[in-house]
Amino acid sequence: MAFEGLSERLQNTINKITGRGKLNEQDVKDMMREVKLALLEADVNFKVVKDFVAKVQERAVGQEIMKSLTPGQMVVKIVQEELTELMGGTNSRIAANHKPPTVVMMVGLQGAGKTTTTGKLALLLRKKYNRKPLLVAADIYRPAAIKQLETLGKQLSMPVFSLGNQVSPVEIARQAIAKAKEEHLDYVLIDTAGRLHIDETLMNELKEIKEVTNPTEIFLVVDSMTGQVAVDVAKSFNDLLDITGVVLTKLDGDTRGGAALSIRSVADRPIKFVGMGEKMDALEEFHPERMASRILGMGDVLSLIEKAQADIDQDEAMKLSKKMMQNKFDLEDFLAQIQQIRKMGPLGDIMKMIPGAGKMKGLADAQVDEKQLNRVEAIIRSMTKKERENPDLLNARRKIRVAKGSGTSVPEVNRLLKQFEDMKKMMKQMTGMMGGKKGKKGRGGLGGFKLPF
Amino acid sequence: MVALLNYINRVNNLNFFKRLKDKITSQTTEVTEKFKTGLARTRNQFASQMNDLVARYRTVDEDFFDELEDLMIQADIGLETVMKLIDELKMEVKRRNVKEPSAVQSIISEKLVEIYQAGDEGTPDIKFASEGLTVILFVGVNGVGKTTTIGKLAHNLKSEGKSVLLAAGDTFRAGAIEQLEVWGERAGVEVVKQSEGSDPAAVIYDALQAAKSRGVDVLICDTAGRLQNKVNLMNELEKINRIIEREVPGAPHEVLLVLDATTGQNALVQTKMFKEVTNITGIVLSKLDGTAKGGIVIAIRREQGIPVKYVGLGEKMDDLQKFDSEQFVYGLFSDLVDKEADFE
Repeated sequence: MAFEGLSERLQNTINKITGRGKLNEQDVKDMMREVKLALLEADVNFKVVKDFVAKVQERAVGQEIMKSLTPGQMVVKIVQEELTELMGGTNSRIAANHKPPTVVMMVGLQGAGKTTTTGKLALLLRKKYNRKPLLVAADIYRPAAIKQLETLGKQLSMPVFSLGNQVSPVEIARQAIAKAKEEHLDYVLIDTAGRLHIDETLMNELKEIKEVTNPTEIFLVVDSMTGQVAVDVAKSFNDLLDITGVVLTKLDGDTRGGAALSIRSVADRPIKFVGMGEKMDALEEFHPERMASRILGMGDVLSLIEKAQADIDQDEAMKLSKKMMQNKFDLEDFLAQIQQIRKMGPLGDIMKMIPGAGKMKGLADAQVDEKQLNRVEAIIRSMTKKERENPDLLNARRKIRVAKGSGTSVPEVNRLLKQFEDMKKMMKQMTGMMGGKKGKKGRGGLGGFKLPF
Repeated sequence: MVALLNYINRVNNLNFFKRLKDKITSQTTEVTEKFKTGLARTRNQFASQMNDLVARYRTVDEDFFDELEDLMIQADIGLETVMKLIDELKMEVKRRNVKEPSAVQSIISEKLVEIYQAGDEGTPDIKFASEGLTVILFVGVNGVGKTTTIGKLAHNLKSEGKSVLLAAGDTFRAGAIEQLEVWGERAGVEVVKQSEGSDPAAVIYDALQAAKSRGVDVLICDTAGRLQNKVNLMNELEKINRIIEREVPGAPHEVLLVLDATTGQNALVQTKMFKEVTNITGIVLSKLDGTAKGGIVIAIRREQGIPVKYVGLGEKMDDLQKFDSEQFVYGLFSDLVDKEADFE
């Protein structure tokens, strides 16, 4: 990766000064510089960084750090706490008007992902809140923007309101609300055209739409990769429209997303949702503490655990862990386990959530191993049921058959069997160690993960 | 003695600005105007803050450099590059024995132009095939403006008298194909397409065959936006690239990475990752008209050595301009350049 996380940066600084036993003020200052650089690398606006560092320094010099045995960790902790606080509470609910329809306006720069987010939000409203939304195509400027929303509506089987690109967006919005009332729809999501925050004509158009529709929520959609300009954008939109929340998009990329902090500090509006992928259900709630870790380059264990909880079949996991305890784990189970992991998404994505994984040699290239997994699956699938239950059956001839069937080679088959044996051995040790306690934990299956590479 | 040195410095500055201005004015004023108005925001922000900074300091000292550093960071130039630049500036200031902050200003402009032009063959023109079909592949993350840029480029090439064909390789995003078709209509060029969700590599293959049989001059291939850390999508791009290489020897002649000018440090990572799967030959910096920044191109030029070929300066069809480093720096500092050059 291009940037190292704050933890590593601080560690490097501290390595330089340890041996002296005590930290002095200059050391703290050096550490603050590292904090500053880490935040700047994450694209946090430099003014915000300055204020923030001043705040942290105040706390730091207040002896908290200097007395600590692990000053580096202490600084990280303080920074993380302050960041989390700055990014505010977890207010990710979407408001509902007591008298439907609730009007939601989506605004932002070009290419931030407004149309896609509108679709995702509609799906979320239906799935999570059991509401009926109406999508309104008010982007009459960008070629095929209306078509894009209509296609999304069709995919999600949601009603889309459009009047073509010859009617003014204000009029479209007005009529859309009338229609929603008529058809008793709960939400009206207005997808407006992307515009530059300095384009007065278009910005005024937004104001007009706001006046006509009286929206309950106005979401500013921001690309999480935005650089220093994020503050200007947030400020302009907020000054004019008094936005109610922010949606951060494309967070499934590898950006640190410091823009989140910048926006938060100038607009003081909650970040309500984050876009985490190209699929329509990839709109998630915002978690300040996770964002804080991400900005600091510290991995995202919480999301990983949550992902595991969401995607892994509990019963299946229980069954597996039981088998493991009884040492009856066979290749069939191994295959099931691989499939469970794969459900969580591309391996590379999962790896990235593990703290420090980016730095570990080899792991950074783990993405290549997606193919390796395919091969492992193919090999196991080429075995008979009996062979899977009892790999010892595999003699030379059978191995040749399996290799042929899976398009691999005998050494590869051997390697897999060897790894499987190792894994079994390890599991035996682990279950032995943990004794009976493990069963209670429920997600015992996770503890046994040892990928075959 | 010091006064004399200062005087010499001043004259040097004047010369640099004068040279820049002479060079610029000899070019068409229309282009210059586009850059000037398009970069108005950039210039106002960066240059006015710069002037402010220079006015506040009497001598060039550590504090001055600290503030200068902040200023550059604010322009999204990128941390590493900023730090290196500041170091070089300090050296240069020492070497020339500059005391006046205003003199530093011109050294910065000089440095910036130098970075832009380092190892440059001169013109940022599209490299056309010596004969036959030229293939241009567009890549980039989601929402940077690939399709819009293609529309504009098609228009540019068409008005230069070239026959152009577009390939709707973004089969993923809803409405992307229609968007390209609208641009095709506006520019008066045909679009090769399949239905949404079809294999992009197949679309590109079709387009290549069509381009060859119709004997067009340029084929421009659109691709779906993809975040650089999505391995599968990057592999798909590699495949598309491979097909182009196989079907037309020497192609793609240009692989243009479109970057959103509002993007921060991630633009560097984007460049690096896309460079790994395709042979990026140039960058199109889009949406430069609205942003106060655009400094990331400096970092990219410097750290990846990839030239910027075009900049998007507005939403109209003719708002795609060839990138000219001198124009760009002139755009950044034009108030100053005019002032200083007139002064003489």
